[in-house]
Parts: sequence; structure tokens; C-alpha cells
Amino acid sequence: MNASAPIKNTQAEDDLIARFDAGRDQLAGSADVSARREAAVGQIRDRGLPHRRVEEYKYSDLRAFMKSAAPLAPKADVAAARDVLQATDCFSGLDRYRIVIANGDFQPELSDVEPLAAEGVSLTDFNELLSGPDGATNLAFPKTGPQDGTVALNTAFIQGGVALSVGEGKVVTKPVEVVHVASAEGAAVTRSRIDLAKGAQLRLLETFIGDTGDGELNAVFDYQVADGATLATTRLVVGNARSARLLTSIATLGADATFKSLGFIAGTRFARNQQFVNFTGENSEAKIYGVSMAGGEDLADQTLIVDHAVPHCNSREFFKTVLDGRAKGVYQGRINVAPHAQKTDGEMMTQALLLSEEAEMANKPELEIFADDVLCAHGATSGEIDEDLLFYLRARGIPEAEARTLLVLAFLSEAIEEFGEEYVTEGLEERVRDWLASH
Amino acid sequence: MLEIKNLHARIAEDETEILRGIDLTVKAGEVHAIMGPNGSGKSTLSYILAGKDDYEVTEGEILFNGVNLLELEPDERAAAGMFLAFQYPIEIPGVATMEFLKTAMNAQRKARGEDTLSIPDFMKRVKDAAAHLNVSMDMLKRPLNVGFSGGEKKRAEILQMSLLEPKLCVLDETDSGLDIDALRIVSDGVNKLRSPERAMVVITHYQRLLDHIVPDVVHVLSRGRIVKTGDKSLALELEKNGYADYVDAAA
Ligand SMILES: Nc1ncnc2c1ncn2[C@@H]1O[C@H](COP(=O)(O)OP(=O)(O)O)[C@@H](O)[C@H]1O
Ligand SMILES: [Mg+2]
Repeated sequence: MNASAPIKNTQAEDDLIARFDAGRDQLAGSADVSARREAAVGQIRDRGLPHRRVEEYKYSDLRAFMKSAAPLAPKADVAAARDVLQATDCFSGLDRYRIVIANGDFQPELSDVEPLAAEGVSLTDFNELLSGPDGATNLAFPKTGPQDGTVALNTAFIQGGVALSVGEGKVVTKPVEVVHVASAEGAAVTRSRIDLAKGAQLRLLETFIGDTGDGELNAVFDYQVADGATLATTRLVVGNARSARLLTSIATLGADATFKSLGFIAGTRFARNQQFVNFTGENSEAKIYGVSMAGGEDLADQTLIVDHAVPHCNSREFFKTVLDGRAKGVYQGRINVAPHAQKTDGEMMTQALLLSEEAEMANKPELEIFADDVLCAHGATSGEIDEDLLFYLRARGIPEAEARTLLVLAFLSEAIEEFGEEYVTEGLEERVRDWLASH
Repeated sequence: MLEIKNLHARIAEDETEILRGIDLTVKAGEVHAIMGPNGSGKSTLSYILAGKDDYEVTEGEILFNGVNLLELEPDERAAAGMFLAFQYPIEIPGVATMEFLKTAMNAQRKARGEDTLSIPDFMKRVKDAAAHLNVSMDMLKRPLNVGFSGGEKKRAEILQMSLLEPKLCVLDETDSGLDIDALRIVSDGVNKLRSPERAMVVITHYQRLLDHIVPDVVHVLSRGRIVKTGDKSLALELEKNGYADYVDAAA
């Protein structure tokens, strides 16, 4: 089907088009950025929000989920944002730097700008990049094509974000948290760019707090990891938001680079964490982990495309999903190995633990290998809690609920431990316990 | 301490009857041995005592210190003082042994209305018990039973038993898979726990364990029934003549 017939727009699509028309003048960017925004909203009008007949969204029908689209959130009130920050801390007790994005906008006065500068980290409002000459060159899109519906929805409405650069050889001593805060209801749409110069090292935390109401959260992170640099990032999508949580990573890795990421989803109505990883230099390594927990009517989608375009790179993908109620878990992972990408080592595993009979897991690990001298493997399992293990724990006096918690933690901690960023372990385990206690 | 009366039980799934009228009374301070051929229902009896729901009791009752045991959940039974040393201890990847011990000890204390153990107190108890049973700290750092040898698993069971200080210890073939030295260590560990307030049911296929843990009473279980009861000389007689007589007698 080439020339697609015009579609009948849904309420949400009509709302989005109206949102764009109303906000066109406030949305930042040079002329080429505006053109890209127009094209993106045109894509939503012509093809609709991503839906189940688009292969990548087969299991996560955003078009069916979004009944309407709320307006963009208003500019943040700094005091209100500060209150939300004080009320919610995803990693309490962890010594770290903080960068705040409130209602879609970078907030220098709430961020550790100076201490970071002293560590060789500079921060810029992403809108400055968009408003500069050739602003659109800052709009990365997945290598698989610019058409991804989530990224288009982002491009159209970017309110702001942060550009963070770590200087050559700089090793940032503390983890850096980029926290998105909603201090008022409404959609939050952000772009951020994380640049690591040669040999730089950064440990990143990405968190999202506050209530966006009916507004979707759509954040795209563009990671540029130069030769010899190391980026470890932990993304935490938690809380019982009723609107869509749409997260995208686009990582570009140089030579001898290391990229590690863990995407953690818990208790969110509709969450999609999609990651696109591109190897552009040799001898690099990507380790991608996912931990999802979903109950009730939740949907938790972890989607991943790793492109091995050059030889001698390793990737490891390890995803864990726990489902209860009528929840749906999705894992779509694809490793592409280009014809000349010899000596690629790729190993992908996805495992699901089903706590109820109505829960459903869609596991879709795929390998597309065009080189002959590679080592690639994938596996997928789905299972229930082992009654014999449960009985053993209970026979030692551990009540059933606590025994189940131990076993779920044991299941998930395999991925968290292999990720190996110890400063997040405690915080993540606490979020697992929270979810088990409350969902 | 334990009164089993006319216990009939079957496998829940296919309704096969396994226990066919067991009567057994164990008083505080006593050690009872249950011997019997493979498949006679020894493990089934131990699982029913611990509360595994693969089995259905169709007749009879079990009183544990006067309480109807069958109405309690497995964890409630444990907190009330029931302990089963499993014939096949299970490996639980991802659950750290120390964390497990602490959780189990404190869960039982909580159920009994006692205070949580302080970390130093807990550590001291584990270290003392581990030293007696020749359990290395390295073993305790691993996930529960994961990668333990057969003998290590059995020692770990007795370690748990020592720490949980149960009132009734049921040991299901704790001797299987142990060499002579390990058998002595495990038996010493068990004997240390013998006391006038505590009872033990030692299930075994061979007489050899009973040289170390000397029983007050020996029962022969065959085809789901206790077919003979005697003193420790019964175990020696079985060792000499085998179970053939009893299998026929029960048929
Ligand atoms: N969960 C079960 N499912 C099916 N058969 C079982 C189960 N438990 C026990 N059995 C059967 O019941 C009989 C008694 O087994 P068991 O109690 O393990 O004997 P013992 O411990 O004396 O060797 C055996 O025939 C065994 O196969
Ligand atoms: Mg047995």
C-alpha cells in the first residue's frame, strides 16, 4: 500500500491538530525546525497516531488508547515545581546532581548548574539549540527512519529540554538525575541531548514525577557517546499515570564506547520505552536491560532496535516482565547485523513472570543477520511463580505475600544485578516492593 | 506434642490415596524414627505436616500441641514450631541466603509477637550455628541452596532448623547423600537440639542414621500405614531382614 487513502482522524488526532494550530507561535525553533514540526503534525493527520497495523505498534495501539489529547502544560511555576520535587524522590538518600525539567521546560534555577560546570558538564536549554541556525540538525531520529509515530508526536510539540555535554576525558563523580516534573496538568513534550566527548564518563538517572492529568508525557533522549566514552543510564517510569508515557532513546556510539541502560516501568497505564542503539565505531559495547511491572489494565512496552553497522561490537539485551491482573507486557527486540559487521556478539533474552491467568505477554525477539561470522542468540520464556519455591519459603514461616515478594524480587533482580549500577539497586528494589504492595 | 489420628490422604490432582489410616503420637522430648520402603508415603506424611497443598486429607486429624494443624497455613505452622527438613531442599536463585534467614526468623518472631532481631544478634546466631555445622560464610553469601552440593544442602537445612528453634523437627531422609563425616556433623547438629521440650520425627530409609541419632521409638510405614512399632532394636532387625515381611503384611 503506497498511496494511502486519507484516514478519518480520531478525537485525539483532532485535538492534537488543534493543539498545534493554537500553539504554533509559542513552539520554539528556527524555520527548518518549524518545517519539521509541520511535517510531523502532518504525519499524525495523514497516518494517524501509531496503531496496531503498524508493525512496531502491533501490541501497543496508541491510537486506540488515546481517547483525547489534553493541551500542553502551562509554563511551570518554579515554587510549585519545587514542592513536587520535595514531595517525591525516586532515589532518596542517593548523593547526586540534579537537572530539572518542569512542564516541559529546563529550569536552571532548580538545577545544579554550577557544581556540574565544576565537573566539566555544561547545560544548555534545548530550545536554544532549536532556535539557533540550522536548529533542525539537533533533531535526531531513529536510524530506521523518521516516521516513528512517537518521535513525530514529540517533534511536533517539543516544549523544551536540556542539552548536557560532558567534556573530553571528564569523569563525572556523582550520578546526574534529569528529573521531569509536572507541576500542573497537561502534556509534557521534551527533547534532551546528552553528549559525551571522547573518554568521558557519566551515570544518568531519568525520572518523571508529578501528575500530567490527561496530558501525555513524551520525552526523547538523544545520546551521543564518543570514542572511549561510557554512559550508564537508568530510566524510571513509575506511578499510576492515566495518560500515555512515551519514552524514546536514540543512542549513537563511537569506537571503544560503552553504553548501558536500564528501563524500569512500574504501575503505569500505558508505557512505551523504545530504544534505538546504533554502533558507528568498532569495539563498542551496549548492555540494555529492562524491568517492567504491570497490573490491572496496564500496558508496559519495551521496544528495542540495535543496529550493528560495524564489526567487533557486542550487545547484550536482558528484559524481565512481571504481569498481574489483565495487564499486557510487550517486548520487541531486534538486533540487526549489517553484512560487514563481522565478529558481532549479540545475546538477547526476555523473560516474563505471570502472576495471573488473564495477564498476557507478547515476546518478540528478532535477529536480522547479514554477516556470517557472528555470535548471536536470543531466547524468550514465560512462566508462573514456582509453587515449590513458594512452599519452601512459607514452610520456613514467611507469609505468602512476603514470599511472593521475595520471589518476584529474585526474578527481577537478575536483570538489575547484571546491569550492575549499584547506586540504583536499592531504589529500584524499593519501587518493586511499592508496586507489589499497591497495585 | 503431635497426635495423628486415622489420617487418610490422597494426591489432590489425581485422587490417588497415599496415606491409609495413620495413627502416631509423639510426646515432647521424644525422638521417633519412621522407616519404610521407597514409595510407602514417608515424604507425603512430612509434606502434609508442613502444609503442602498437593495433598488432600480425606479422613482423620492432626493435633499439634492441641491445635488443629490442618487449619493452619504453612507459615502459621512454622511459627507455631513445626519444621520440616526437606528430603530435596530447593534452590532459589536470586534470594540471598542471609536475607532469607533473616526474613524467616523475623517473620516467625513477628507471628509470635516477639521483637525483631537486631542485626548484630542475628549475625552472631548465624555465625555460631554455621561454625557447629561446618557451613562456610562463603556458602551463606550465595543464593539459597544454589550450587550447594547434596551434603551442603542437608547441612543448610539443619542450620535453618537450629536458627528457627522449632518445637517439632521432622527430618525427611536427611542422611541420604551424606558421607560418613557429613553424617556425623549433621547428626551432632541434630542431637544438640534434643531437649525435653522438643520432639523429633526422623524419617529414614536406612538404619545407619539411627546409630547417630538414637530414637526412642521406631515405626515401620508400608503402603500408607504404620505396620509395626518397636524400640531401636526394630531398626536393626530391618537392617538385617529388609522390608519384605512388612510389604507383604500390608498387602
Ligand atoms: N505430588 C505427587 N504427585 C504424584 N504422585 C505422588 C506425589 N507425591 C507422592 N506421590 C506418590 O505417592 C507415593 C508415596 O511417595 P512418597 O511419600 O514420596 O514416598 P517415600 O517418601 O516413602 O518414598 C509414591 O508412589 C509417589 O510416587
Ligand atoms: Mg521420601
